[in-house]
Amino acid sequence: MDFMVFQYPMITVQACLDGILLGVLFALIAYGMALQWGVMNIINIAQGDLVILGGYIAYFMYLYGIHPAWGVIVSPIIMYFVGVGIYKLVINKVVDRDLFISILATFGISILFMQLMNFAFGADVVLANSGYGTTFLFDSNVVLPNSKIFSAAISIIFAICLVIYMKKSKLGRAIRATAQNARAAKILGVDTEKVYAATFGINAALCGVAGALISITFTIHPYMGLPYTIRSFMIVIVAGLGNLPGVAISGMGLGVFEEFADYILGTEFRIGSVFLLLVLILVYRRFKLSRKREYLK
Amino acid sequence: MNKNIFLYTLILVFGLAAPFIFPAFKVQLSILCVLIILAVTWNIQGGEMGYNSFGNILFYGLGMYLCASVQVGMFFPLAEWTESGGEKTFVHTPKQFFQGIAFGLLVAAIVPTIVAGLIGYSILGLRGHYFAICTLGLGVAAGEISGGIEIIGAGQGFTTPPFPDVGGLEARGEFFYFCSFFALVFTFIIIRAIYSTRFKLILNAIRDNEDKAEAMGIETMKYKIIGWMVSAFFCGLAGGIMGGLVGYIDSTDVAFDGREMGVFMVLMAILGGKGTLWGPIIGATVFHIFKEGFWTFFLGWQYVALGVLIVVIVIYFPEGIMGWLREKYPERFGEVVDEKDRKAQVELK
Repeated sequence: MDFMVFQYPMITVQACLDGILLGVLFALIAYGMALQWGVMNIINIAQGDLVILGGYIAYFMYLYGIHPAWGVIVSPIIMYFVGVGIYKLVINKVVDRDLFISILATFGISILFMQLMNFAFGADVVLANSGYGTTFLFDSNVVLPNSKIFSAAISIIFAICLVIYMKKSKLGRAIRATAQNARAAKILGVDTEKVYAATFGINAALCGVAGALISITFTIHPYMGLPYTIRSFMIVIVAGLGNLPGVAISGMGLGVFEEFADYILGTEFRIGSVFLLLVLILVYRRFKLSRKREYLK
Repeated sequence: MNKNIFLYTLILVFGLAAPFIFPAFKVQLSILCVLIILAVTWNIQGGEMGYNSFGNILFYGLGMYLCASVQVGMFFPLAEWTESGGEKTFVHTPKQFFQGIAFGLLVAAIVPTIVAGLIGYSILGLRGHYFAICTLGLGVAAGEISGGIEIIGAGQGFTTPPFPDVGGLEARGEFFYFCSFFALVFTFIIIRAIYSTRFKLILNAIRDNEDKAEAMGIETMKYKIIGWMVSAFFCGLAGGIMGGLVGYIDSTDVAFDGREMGVFMVLMAILGGKGTLWGPIIGATVFHIFKEGFWTFFLGWQYVALGVLIVVIVIYFPEGIMGWLREKYPERFGEVVDEKDRKAQVELK
């Protein structure tokens, strides 16, 4: 236990800023999760592994001498096709089945990806150095790497673009119609199969963007996928499906929580505290709902 | 009925003789027994109750740590043991070892049961996928947190007491085989007894429609907790045995190994057929044989194979082996099928 964080206000400021910049990334991943959950009614455990895969694409560009920031453009394009491929092979068979089946099937995909990435890229913790330098604030008491600010900015830009795309474009309208009522959409001439494939592809592309940004700002490792899945799941259940400002705010909240847990409990409990928070949120939600049910009685 | 008794005797005799017939496979057979226990007990709440949990690994790991800690802590200071990393500074005499493991297994079974009872009220109120994800979180959180606790070895792991010097390696294998085999027999007897009671019907009612079951006057929450506690009891027991068998406990790779054991138990039950008595047993056996083959011949690619296997089983065989048999030979399962009706259905297809 380390309570230094409360004695020095600057550390608090640092943790908050770090948390918010991190949370924006989480929110981007969670947005993809909410999209596929709302449209296809599946929970994708492999979400985090898609993120890591996207990160490795950016990392490879870095290895071959291309600036990793270009990964933000390249990675989503590749990941879109990866996502569509996964949809065609596996997901389209579980879309209209029990949710548990989709959880288990994507769990299988997650294990598969984890191990394939382990073979292909090795088990080392890697990062793509962007060389963006750092910003010092408050008499250099608060240190912010520019790459974090860059990644937060890029995530926000992508999120805004996607929201506009979903509102204005034909495919976006079709996706929203399918989410509301797949059968009615089908009757009105929407090819739901294509919509599902596109949704999963867009989700994978979002993961690709987030992964490329994570590989620039933080580190990636083949086995680090599951925490990202859990984080995005948590953000979606806190915010609710289809509540975009909620996703952004709860993403940042989670980021800040994690930074504080890191300072107070120590880094070894960071992932543990995320999972524990998930359990606590679900239990809280269950008691809240049961009170509501009693009230209705 | 007579046929059944004959079958059970045959299996029992085979089980008792197995370590002497196949002395080279003793460890594999013990692991098979543990896997069957896990699959059968997962089936109680996953298959019968319809609460698909990824978190039974929590009880398994808990039992593992508890059994080893009790075994050491009864005679020696636990902190020094873990610090020495299992060096031979403390040696269990045979009597101490067997006393320790007997008491340890008892604790390993009972404490997870109590834990399940305590957290049951809050966790089992969740439904469907929320329950699945919540238990997944529980299992991973337990692994991460136990990896940070110093007294049980933290990240460096915990060495369980070595087997005392009576009869060497052969005796060690036989001891753990019979431990797990008797645990399996005990589990099977209890589970079979449960299958013939009203309790099992209540669990099925909860699976089929929980709200209706509640409306019929069943206190669903009470039975859900009991069902979970039954699972936890046997998972803890299996974990305790497995800890002694492996001889080394690591927080995320052996004890709270959600990526392996936690998925295995779900997969075995689904492969064999959820909601049947024999399904998980058959599933576990088939799965273990398959797994050992892969682990031996395609070392390194085993997780790739596992991932593909999960996807294939879940998508193409969600009813499992027993479900497939049931569709093929419904008469065997006591279902009367009208021949005309079947023909009509075939024509419809």
